[in-house]
Amino acid sequence: MASARRREVIVMGGSAGAVDALATILPSLPADFSLPIATVVHLPPDRVSDLAGALSYRSAVRIKEAEDKEPLTPGCVFVAPPNYHLLLERSGHLSLAVDDPVHFSRPSIDVLFESAALAYGPRVLGILLTGANEDGASGLLAIHRAGGQTLVQSPESAVASAMPSSALLLEPRHDVLPLEEIGPFLLQLHRTGWEA
Amino acid sequence: MTDAQDPNGEDVELELHLLLESIYRKYHYDFRSYSEASLQRRVRAALVHFGCPTISRLQERVLHEPSIFTELLRYLTVQVSDMFRDPTYFRAIREKVVPYLRTYPSLKLWVAGCSTGEEAYSLAILLSEEGLLEKSLIYATDINPESLRRAEAGIYEVERFVRFSENYRLAGGRGSLSDYYTASYSSAVLDRCLKKHILFSDHSLATDSVFAEVEFVSCRNVLIYFERDLQDRAIGILKDSLSRKGFLGLGMKETLRFSAHADSFHDFSPEDKLYQKL
Ligand SMILES: C[S@@+](CC[C@H](N)C(=O)[O-])C[C@H]1O[C@@H](n2cnc3c(N)ncnc32)[C@H](O)[C@@H]1O
Repeated sequence: MASARRREVIVMGGSAGAVDALATILPSLPADFSLPIATVVHLPPDRVSDLAGALSYRSAVRIKEAEDKEPLTPGCVFVAPPNYHLLLERSGHLSLAVDDPVHFSRPSIDVLFESAALAYGPRVLGILLTGANEDGASGLLAIHRAGGQTLVQSPESAVASAMPSSALLLEPRHDVLPLEEIGPFLLQLHRTGWEA
Repeated sequence: MTDAQDPNGEDVELELHLLLESIYRKYHYDFRSYSEASLQRRVRAALVHFGCPTISRLQERVLHEPSIFTELLRYLTVQVSDMFRDPTYFRAIREKVVPYLRTYPSLKLWVAGCSTGEEAYSLAILLSEEGLLEKSLIYATDINPESLRRAEAGIYEVERFVRFSENYRLAGGRGSLSDYYTASYSSAVLDRCLKKHILFSDHSLATDSVFAEVEFVSCRNVLIYFERDLQDRAIGILKDSLSRKGFLGLGMKETLRFSAHADSFHDFSPEDKLYQKL
């Protein structure tokens, strides 16, 4: 049943070092990239920053701050706004929420990943990048258990290895790639039509 | 929160649907058009709290043990608030909306989804500093009775006032926030003269209709928990409650842009999420 395993959405998360990691990955994607990407990056809470703007400048794909109840359109990277959780809805929309922080983080990667696992199950590709805490590990496990594809940035290629390492501790069967290979890997899947 | 059985998404959706339907039929609280993703999260937290392995088991308990429902409401609704949350919003009310409010002989304001009261008290302080409180009545409504009780008491943990005070200052506060509360050991109680002008009561944007005619309504971080259709219903109620040229304030990540009622409002100060009814 290859068709049942077609990926339809990518979720990505990271903290320390993740802005640079995204700045490495996203420029490899073409403007007609066929999947939507939802991302959570932890930033210091007091830093009001235009992450989408900062990432946009070298990338062909469209990068924007996620808005509540916005449709998850292909070829667009949606970035969680500071101080809001970002979730995927079964209806194909994004939602924002102000529930308490998880792992001291809002937005939290676990919140995004767990919502993706529940709403999209095997149709999700989850990618956990560099980071200094455990957020994302149990969310990535949820995606794995729901039959989705899971990828972890290799701890050796990470600015902070705690995040990828915790994910691999929970589930050693996640795929692992060094940072420079993640973009080309996505490009390859894009060209072959996302069949797993 | 991992689940040993890991039921698939469709089963969980079905169970959630049945739970919400039961709650609606038995308790008349309507969560059926709330955003599913975050509701699912909170229901999962409730399962852990109540020691229920499945949503269906929780449903059975909710139906047969009404006392559980009050406790469950704590999970179904999100009680996260602060005084002067998003200080720029309150600064904008002070600088841009107050000049209009001054022109009315008396004022009615409405805080819809007031949670434990922080937003309503913030507004009362702002009005008091602008010399408008004496002619104002603030309605503050929510669906969570426990939160409404706490809102009415106006007692908050003293540690929270560090952030509240910083927010107050950034919001353009004219004095010191400590002018408005009395602290004892671990808690602080807000002044009676603020409370006198606030009427807390039960009202649901999902099931009730127009609340009262008001000149200003603030509904923040409530609509993001609703699906589009319910957002439209709720905004319709807010709109119908506003007098002509009345103001609507939303949360920093909420907007009228996609709403069916967008045409009934003027973009008064969209960066501050302030709209004016035409
Ligand atoms: C996140 S709090 C927002 C509190 C405050 N407005 C603020 O922004 O700080 C959301 C509140 O909306 C309330 N709420 C949820 N559904 C509601 C409904 N149908 N009608 C009115 N209030 C509702 C919840 O009980 C909760 O107190």
